[in-house]
Amino acid sequence: MAGIEVRPSQRLPPCLLCKDCFLFLCVKKHRPMHRSSRTLHLRDLRARMNFKNLREYLAWLYYQYLLITGIYVLEPWEKSIFNSILFSAIAMVVYTSYVFVPIHVRLALEFFLGIFGGQPESTMALMT
Amino acid sequence: MTESATSKLLNGDICHRTSNGKKASKNGFVKDHSLFEQPQKYRRPRDKNQNVPHNSSLYKKPFVESFEETPLWVAVLTYMGYGILTIFGYLRDFLRHWNIEKCHVARERDEQKDFVPLYQDFENFYTRNLYMRIRDNWNRPICSVPGAKVDLVERVTHDYNWTFEHTGKVVKDVINMGSYNYLGFAENTGACADAALEVTKMYGAGVGSTRCEMGNLDIHEEMEQLVARFLGVESAMAFGMGFATNSMNIPALMGKGCLILSDELNHTSLVLGARLSGSTIRVFKHNNMQSLEKLLRDAIVHGQPRTHRPWKKILIVVEGIYSMEGSIVRLPEVIALKKRYKAYLYLDEAHSIGALGPNGRGVVDYFGLDSKDVDIMMGTFTKSFGAAGGYIGGKKELIDYLRRHSHSAMYATSMSPPVAQQIITSMKIIMGEDGTTLGADRLRQLSQNTTYFRRRLHEMGFIIYGNDDSPVVPLMLYMPAKIGAFGREMLKRNIGTVVVGFPATPIIESRARFCVSAAHTREMLDTALEAISEVGDLLQLKYSRREQPLPSLGWMSEESLLQD
Repeated sequence: MAGIEVRPSQRLPPCLLCKDCFLFLCVKKHRPMHRSSRTLHLRDLRARMNFKNLREYLAWLYYQYLLITGIYVLEPWEKSIFNSILFSAIAMVVYTSYVFVPIHVRLALEFFLGIFGGQPESTMALMT
Repeated sequence: MTESATSKLLNGDICHRTSNGKKASKNGFVKDHSLFEQPQKYRRPRDKNQNVPHNSSLYKKPFVESFEETPLWVAVLTYMGYGILTIFGYLRDFLRHWNIEKCHVARERDEQKDFVPLYQDFENFYTRNLYMRIRDNWNRPICSVPGAKVDLVERVTHDYNWTFEHTGKVVKDVINMGSYNYLGFAENTGACADAALEVTKMYGAGVGSTRCEMGNLDIHEEMEQLVARFLGVESAMAFGMGFATNSMNIPALMGKGCLILSDELNHTSLVLGARLSGSTIRVFKHNNMQSLEKLLRDAIVHGQPRTHRPWKKILIVVEGIYSMEGSIVRLPEVIALKKRYKAYLYLDEAHSIGALGPNGRGVVDYFGLDSKDVDIMMGTFTKSFGAAGGYIGGKKELIDYLRRHSHSAMYATSMSPPVAQQIITSMKIIMGEDGTTLGADRLRQLSQNTTYFRRRLHEMGFIIYGNDDSPVVPLMLYMPAKIGAFGREMLKRNIGTVVVGFPATPIIESRARFCVSAAHTREMLDTALEAISEVGDLLQLKYSRREQPLPSLGWMSEESLLQD
């Protein structure tokens, strides 16, 4: 991430994800300007800017977040309100998933294994 | 070689068999004889404007317009941004209403609170809560001539754009990509300025009367004859204000019982003039000849709404270049339709006069058509001539009628003499009658600048709307926060741009509009383009999903060969 080289007047490198083409089902002939993937788009565009260190890159990401949500035009106290609401919502989501997702996953696995594993067991019981 | 159906139409003959070959069947049931209807094929909805000219024999050179579709994720995020800002707008209104926060907008006094409300709060919701926050991008005071470079007065605001203070400093030599200065006549030195100075010494600056009473100077007569010669029409008349030309003359020409067919994206002056006239107005889709033809056919077949009497007059109102889209009107097709259905044509060449065409005579010259086909040619002197005002050109009877009946002629002050002289001098330069090649040079420079600028922006990956030959270049921004950010970042890099949002454009299609000028040198354009690219990377504005032409780089071609 640090020190990404910028080549200002040249075109982007071709689709690095699509080289093997197993992610995008490239049935058509490979086109160098493969722009249909969102991740690729971001990666290419990001590659044009020159970031000296991680801090500058994070500041730019924060700037993008401000622009996309429209918070950029608001006054600082409004920005703080929105950021705190969003942060607390995300924190709640993370906490809930940390607490409950393992339990749900374990129950689901038991349920499905129970269905498929149950058949041979019952036939064995019938035979004995 | 037989004449094609379309060229017969241009010559005014009525064609009984259309280009797609439908004929009346044996039992006399008449089938659809439309000029431009084609069977609808399914096309991928990549571009919004599907109107490839079906009759390409009408066009002498390729007509390339593009309006790339908004990417879906951009539209979704734009709506989300507007939603969040609306919520905060409601919050601020709540705080203002309960006096928790100081209110800067107009309010009624406490004694009047129980009366019928004077100020409807919601009407100005958008202005108060969105426009005000990024207001520093508009109304920037200019303190020099608005040529290729301009000086701006520096302002600061301490209460988030509600009030501004001038610091006393001046931002010098800002590259001006916003002024309508297509041929570079906005200058304070040179032949135009000297001539205007002489005329001011002779006539003064004001006229002190309307055109009808004592305001008809000999310089006005000279200017009008020159304008008529420039356009190739019999006679012309000039007015002091371009907006007033449209809004005051359409009511003089149309009345009740007439029909106005107006393009979707026509300028406010045309809309206002049409509404003031009292005629019925029907709107056709932007630059869409099928829609216009359908309206014409319905109008002629069904007549007026309740009585079904024939319409007294049908007027088609279009513009030469649409300034918000950068698109050029499909004039050959409009003229073909006009002749076939016997309607009149009102062409507003505000942006295209002087800017299009090999001789600078506007969109009629650009397509190589006859100016006698357009019934009313209207235009303004503001954009390409560096003056102010508007004109209407046409047949002598029409202009004589307008001289007597136009509201603008009777009640508006006539044009100021130095402005009239500026028009005369600049028009003579464009026509080449001053003895130099300055006019031809400027026209060539403008078209080169336009092509270069559009090509470079397209290669960089921005979404650009409009025709490849139009000097108005809208660059799409979409998101509300990017409107403010773009204007400010460009000013930091010393480039002045105009950004436009709702209500001048549809709500998600906000844009930055560049006006290329003949006064811009290649270096200025390169500086501007570098800054635009930089800001585009910073703000992530390069949304275009078009395939770019392959550059000639060694590793590139090797890679593509390997993949085969």
